[in-house]
Amino acid sequence: MSNAARGHGNTRVDHLVVAGMVTPGAKVLDVGSGDGELLRILAETRNVDGRGIEISREGVNECVAKGLAVIQGDADTDLADYPDDAFDYVILSQTLQATWQPRHVMEHMLRIAPRAIVSFPNFGHWKIRLKLLFGGRMPQTDNLPGTWYDTPNIHFCTVKDFRELCDVVGAEMEKAVALKGSGKPLRIAAPWWFWNLFGEQAVFLLKRRS
Amino acid sequence: MVEANLSAKTSAKTDDLSPTRDSDHPRDSLVAQFGADRPLKLDAGIALSPFQIAYKTYGQLNATKSNAVLVCHALTGDQHVASVHPVTKKNGWWETLIGSGRPIDTERYFVICANVVGGCMGSSGPSSTNTQTGKPWGLEFPVITIRDMVRAQAMLLDHLGIDQLFAVVGGSMGGMQVLEWAASYPQRVFSVLPIACSTRHSAQNIAFHEVGRQAVMADPEWRGGRYLIEGANPRRGLAVARMGAHITYLSDAALHRKFGRKFQDRTNPTFSFDADFEVESYLRHQGSSFVERFDANSYLYLTRAMDYFDIAADHDDVLANAFKNSPVRFCVISFTSDWLFPTADSRAIVHALNAAGARVSFAEIKTDKGHDAFLLDEPELFAIVRGFLDAAAKAHGLTNGAGH
Repeated sequence: MSNAARGHGNTRVDHLVVAGMVTPGAKVLDVGSGDGELLRILAETRNVDGRGIEISREGVNECVAKGLAVIQGDADTDLADYPDDAFDYVILSQTLQATWQPRHVMEHMLRIAPRAIVSFPNFGHWKIRLKLLFGGRMPQTDNLPGTWYDTPNIHFCTVKDFRELCDVVGAEMEKAVALKGSGKPLRIAAPWWFWNLFGEQAVFLLKRRS
Repeated sequence: MVEANLSAKTSAKTDDLSPTRDSDHPRDSLVAQFGADRPLKLDAGIALSPFQIAYKTYGQLNATKSNAVLVCHALTGDQHVASVHPVTKKNGWWETLIGSGRPIDTERYFVICANVVGGCMGSSGPSSTNTQTGKPWGLEFPVITIRDMVRAQAMLLDHLGIDQLFAVVGGSMGGMQVLEWAASYPQRVFSVLPIACSTRHSAQNIAFHEVGRQAVMADPEWRGGRYLIEGANPRRGLAVARMGAHITYLSDAALHRKFGRKFQDRTNPTFSFDADFEVESYLRHQGSSFVERFDANSYLYLTRAMDYFDIAADHDDVLANAFKNSPVRFCVISFTSDWLFPTADSRAIVHALNAAGARVSFAEIKTDKGHDAFLLDEPELFAIVRGFLDAAAKAHGLTNGAGH
């Protein structure tokens, strides 16, 4: 969905992290499928029954031509069509920051499936903090190359912010992984403030609070 | 159930009619006959019997009969989908999509295309001979629906010994049949591609059809529908109907690109009602060539069948109920400039399929060619159909070159 999510070029390590959180054979909805790479990895490595929603026509048509069950649609408006518990997992990979109503989207995700996986760029990373503090301008990084006026990303948040949203929407954190700029996980058990400072991206496995 | 034939009068001579009319004896086609033991039970509450289905096949049915693809034709199409048309001598209407090495690869799949019931290319319709009277049915032919067409196709499959289709594909009225297949026979189809269509005909589209029908019926040569018996032909009326309909198949942008305001064979207006403009000349040609290959009463019946189409109405007005827990794989395709079956119609199908928990792919293809785009050279359409079918074939256990 977001250009930032697809702009890296090299292999998406966060995709592998996401795939590692999915039970084999599960029924999965990928919101913001992009070119279908995550769905392909999920099908190949986890044997999932995968479906997708993607906002760009080009992305959708590429996915469908690859044989993926992807539809053109908008996370902000079209999740409402899906019945309760239609899936085992709903995945929002690098798309949360591009939605109009992140809270609304998260609530629908946890309605459609008992578990949700969300990955997003952490705006609390130290480089971003420094850029804003010393540069005095909206930060641009390798992972977030867009200018503030030309980007699909309209709702940036930090790891700390996201944890608060989880509380608000009634999500229980089952697992969380912070990724370095290279996309590799931070291999140390660290307090949240540390991840919020040193994780460039975060991947959360959430469970609907019963 | 009332036997339709009971309403017909006693037999009459057929001398005034050619015994080799395409409507009874279609050229270059196979014909399946269904006798009194196998009537077609129509939505109108009538059993049509006897009746026949004219069809074409391409490719080879494999040993397990698992590679059959049914192609459903649109309003004025027919079974000649991938081979030269016996009347017009033109290429098959979907040869860009179907054939050896094409997205619907006849080296791999066994393709079946049947003329719809109510049509005029060899399946029973208003121009066929009513065996009880020996005369063409005309308006005594019962009114048929999209579901009736699909029922007849299912009977053809029984006749061919095919339990399950690998895929059903069609655009426009063909797409309606595809959706009806998924709704009525979910166990008999593995995957479906409804293209440029809708689960119900809109008020605007019914209105267009009514204009076309009125044009036919206003032609004195229509003779109350008895023109075949009386040796007449409502050419003018049918041509006007076709001209009007043809406009709806294109788009403002496509018409402008193709014709603009260009004059036909002249540099100045004639200040008359001749076909000064190229677009007028084009439409007149479309109308006059259409009447050479199509029956006016069939046009009435088939447009009516489309008008009555409303899948949700058959399922408590909830579209999703028609596809509840459907095992069928769907690939819905629309075109940006199609104003006859706009993308919103396809999106409604997709929403219902999502609500029903069905497996659906949906792509909208950008083009300025209007509704007709589904019949034209659209590389993105071909890539999507090929990709969807390849994945479905894999899931269905069809290997490459499974033609034998």
